[in-house]
Amino acid sequence: MIDVKNLTKSFGDLLVLNNISEHIYPGEKIVILGPSGSGKSTFLRCLNQMETPTEGTITFDGMEVTDPKVNIDAIRQKMGMVFQHFNLFPNMTIKKNITLAPVRTGLMTQAEADETAMQLLRRVGLEEKADAYPAQLSGGQKQRIAIVRALAMNPKVMLFDEPTSALDPEMVGEVLNVMKELAAEGMTMVVVTHEMGFAREVGSRILFMDEGKIVEQGTPDEVFNHPQNPRLQDFLSKVL
Amino acid sequence: MEQYELWKTLIREGADVTFWQEFYVKFYQAFIEGDRWKQYLNGVGTTLLVTAMALGIGIVLGIVVAMIRTAHDQQRANLLSNTQRLKVMLGKMKGTIPKDKKILFRNPLLGLLNLICKVYVTVIRGTPMMVQLLIMGFVIFSFSREYTMIGALTLGINSGAYVAEIIRGGLMSLDPGQMEAGRSLGLNYIDTMRFIVIPQAFKAILPSLGNEFIILLKDTSLITVIGGKELVYAAQAIYGRTYEQMFPLIGIACVYLVLVIIFSWLVGILERRLRQSDRR
Repeated sequence: MIDVKNLTKSFGDLLVLNNISEHIYPGEKIVILGPSGSGKSTFLRCLNQMETPTEGTITFDGMEVTDPKVNIDAIRQKMGMVFQHFNLFPNMTIKKNITLAPVRTGLMTQAEADETAMQLLRRVGLEEKADAYPAQLSGGQKQRIAIVRALAMNPKVMLFDEPTSALDPEMVGEVLNVMKELAAEGMTMVVVTHEMGFAREVGSRILFMDEGKIVEQGTPDEVFNHPQNPRLQDFLSKVL
Repeated sequence: MEQYELWKTLIREGADVTFWQEFYVKFYQAFIEGDRWKQYLNGVGTTLLVTAMALGIGIVLGIVVAMIRTAHDQQRANLLSNTQRLKVMLGKMKGTIPKDKKILFRNPLLGLLNLICKVYVTVIRGTPMMVQLLIMGFVIFSFSREYTMIGALTLGINSGAYVAEIIRGGLMSLDPGQMEAGRSLGLNYIDTMRFIVIPQAFKAILPSLGNEFIILLKDTSLITVIGGKELVYAAQAIYGRTYEQMFPLIGIACVYLVLVIIFSWLVGILERRLRQSDRR
């Protein structure tokens, strides 16, 4: 579904991603772990061209994402993204936040989008917030809305960039629950997170990154219970 | 009326008059005699017209310049600048860079437009308003007698440079995550700017924009130097006949003050309205 070939990214002289090749299959729930500065977020952000790779190609559903002439907006419509800091639009109501993109990109009429928005809001238990503004919501609520906003575009894959890192501890659960439901429905997901419990429970494959490379990967059982790489062993001994 | 003529004669003959009698005579002379208030009224009309026109020109110019400057600065960071284009061409000719290697550059047209905008902002901000007016009135448009229109145009061009910098500041101060969120949903650059970035930036810059427009309103008084017939021109014409400067000048000062107060009040209403989404 997503094919990454020889992906390299550097910011100036700093090499952040070092020649990564990886394939993500439909329905997979990829969890990317690693110490800070290991390039996890940059890798994720390269997938939908939030960052432009220095070298290498990324193909999504047969379209080359990294081709400068490709219609990147059309590709992004099929790749939902959830950010660490939610990035809801504070100047719009929740409903408008959700319906703006589907309507403007011609995916739905306003009426259809409104209905989709209400359905999705009901699913995450926030339908009474439809006419509120983001400033009136808690962090957990904002992140659930951000997930809903991405889902409204009917994406084929969802990218999560540390979705719970900016939340109060007591709000982490509600966001993870929404993500778990999404995973159970068969959504293809790529998640950068520090939530080991989530990785173990939901992940179908764990990628462990260090210094711009994927140094070990495998099922949660392999990675958590039988880590091979010393760097991964060291990492797990600190976080578990 | 009769009293005015009587007291005026008394003053002229050097008779002792009370403060209030003198006040009345001078006031009458400055504002009422020969329907002089109509001259002030015409002046206010011109002042408002010039302000409105300059405001329009300034906003349009400011938006265009700010858009070009931000679009240029927001280009993908890893694109090579156009000055490096020559180096790469030479490298390809010499063979130090493979011929089929894809190297992307910044948009050269945008680079040129950006340069023009930079020069515009530098020149306008670097020279005094009055000098700009004199140059426009007596050098560039020396053939024309439409002084009020030339004045409005000059003020608009001047204001545009400041408005551009204010807008650019507003666009840059916005969390880049907002642009990212918009683009990640598949919205294009224009739509993201239109629905997400600009409305938020506008709210943030409204106080400085209001300030700029107040300055603009008061700067219309400068077009007198090229013969624009606004409020100061009216006052000058009147004290040129009566040789009494205090009343016309204090009078127009009050008019400017009232106009600015009304304007600030309107900006305040707009600000409060835009703050709607901040409610918690």
